[in-house]
Amino acid sequence: MTSIAFWGAVELGLVYAFVGIGVYLAFRILDFPDLTVDGSFPLGAGVAAVLITSGVNPWLASLAAMVAGAMAGLVTATLNVRFKILHLLASILTMIALFSVNLRVMGRPNIAIITQETVLTPFYSLGIPDYYVRPAFVGVLVAVAVFLVARFLSSDFGLAMRATGANQRMARANGIDTGVHVYTGMALSNALVGLAGALFAQTNGFADVTSGLGTIVVGLAAVIVGETLLPSRYIALALVGCVLGSVVYRIAVQLALSADVIGLKASDLNLATAVLVTIALVLPRLRGRGSA
Amino acid sequence: MIRISDLGVVFGKGTPLEKRAIEKIDLEISEGEFVSVIGSNGAGKSTLLGAVAGDVLPDRGRIEVGDVDVTRWRTAKRAGLVARVFQDPLAGSCGTLTIEENLALALSRGTRRGLGLAVTRARRAAFVERVAELGLGLESRLADRMGLLSGGQRQALSLLMATMTESRVLLLDEHTAALDPGMAEFVLDLTRRIVEERGLTTLMVTHSMRQALDHGTRTIMLHEGRIILDVSGAERAGLGVDDLVEMFRKVRGQELSDDALLIG
Repeated sequence: MTSIAFWGAVELGLVYAFVGIGVYLAFRILDFPDLTVDGSFPLGAGVAAVLITSGVNPWLASLAAMVAGAMAGLVTATLNVRFKILHLLASILTMIALFSVNLRVMGRPNIAIITQETVLTPFYSLGIPDYYVRPAFVGVLVAVAVFLVARFLSSDFGLAMRATGANQRMARANGIDTGVHVYTGMALSNALVGLAGALFAQTNGFADVTSGLGTIVVGLAAVIVGETLLPSRYIALALVGCVLGSVVYRIAVQLALSADVIGLKASDLNLATAVLVTIALVLPRLRGRGSA
Repeated sequence: MIRISDLGVVFGKGTPLEKRAIEKIDLEISEGEFVSVIGSNGAGKSTLLGAVAGDVLPDRGRIEVGDVDVTRWRTAKRAGLVARVFQDPLAGSCGTLTIEENLALALSRGTRRGLGLAVTRARRAAFVERVAELGLGLESRLADRMGLLSGGQRQALSLLMATMTESRVLLLDEHTAALDPGMAEFVLDLTRRIVEERGLTTLMVTHSMRQALDHGTRTIMLHEGRIILDVSGAERAGLGVDDLVEMFRKVRGQELSDDALLIG
């Protein structure tokens, strides 16, 4: 693997770290299996790309992508909390709907922004190679996100959100309006995924309506690999684990793809991811049975 | 203070499985009274407690807690007035959160939860003090996950959590039924101590007549969704389990069939 390929994998891993954190919030904190992310990732990318090509400040465009993601999360939460649709099904409905919405937003399946000014443009002129600038820039944003989310989850409000996912009955008995916390958590989760989409578009120079396929599995892979590498009861470390998991996962994929011996093609990526996540899910269970 | 008037609860209304869980209950519990509730399975004990807590919405009647009409309030809204301990030791706390995080959750019951840190240095110091009063040595394990503790330890902490903030009413739903005898005794003693110290208005559901008579200041017996016995003061002081059975028979004109009531 070349140095450029390595740093490319790190960069992609850091972009998807936002997805990892988002999926962690939904799956682990709220216990809400949320497939909305497959739609909110390209939504974030599309919103950012459309705004950037029409001359909007790229930071504002990225913020708009987060708001769009949050709204997608709120739709899923409303279907579940207000209309009592099973959480998994609610998220699938939103995901499917978002495919059409994303085509409407973008107006076409693919938008190139390679020549446009992005949040990264000012840093390209620092005289450092681009393939260092991108992961460094995204890494700083990830660090800020980890700090803010960890701080949020340690607050009274955040703790109530964790209780909502862990034990709804106990949460209500302690005066916690569980609905409010599902709404907030799902909005936050999908806002982070929307931001990931916006950053993906800006680091790669395009937004594509099909880029969301399997986002949930990649996010889960980050969470699970992170939990294996960095098992911790501390929320901040668990979030760092998601970031680490996402980066390690991307490097592993890059290694597998560049090793000619294995004979994998780029198009085998989704299969490889699904197999990896399945193994990670099944292994702890098999281990438990072995010792029993 | 709790005032329940003309309460009626029907489950599965209009279906073949319709069940009148509470036929008609009128009950007034004054400030600081400790009422134990007994009755056989299906008598309506848990439904009564659920109705006061807000988990069960009544079909008829009115529930007031401290002069506030809470009949239509949801559980979370009532939580500022009503604290409770569940039968299942796992139900009252979050196993994935640490002890101090659970305590912090309970501390904010009935208040707006903001973005301030949940476990601060000052709060932790207060937690250490409160948990030490239990005498279980848990004050040195505040950063441990709740899930690591035994059922008895968790139930003792649940009781502590329920009484951490000022609330008007404490509801105990067979809160020692799932514990081993030694731990059950410990939690009951703890209950007595806390209720007396705070002068809490308490409603305790139990399966054991012995427990019902040994604890509290007043005992009511439910049968088929009605109160069939209500004793307190001198009348209650002289009562034994046999007397209760006799009174039950007199009131209902039938043999007490549920053996579980006689045990213990």
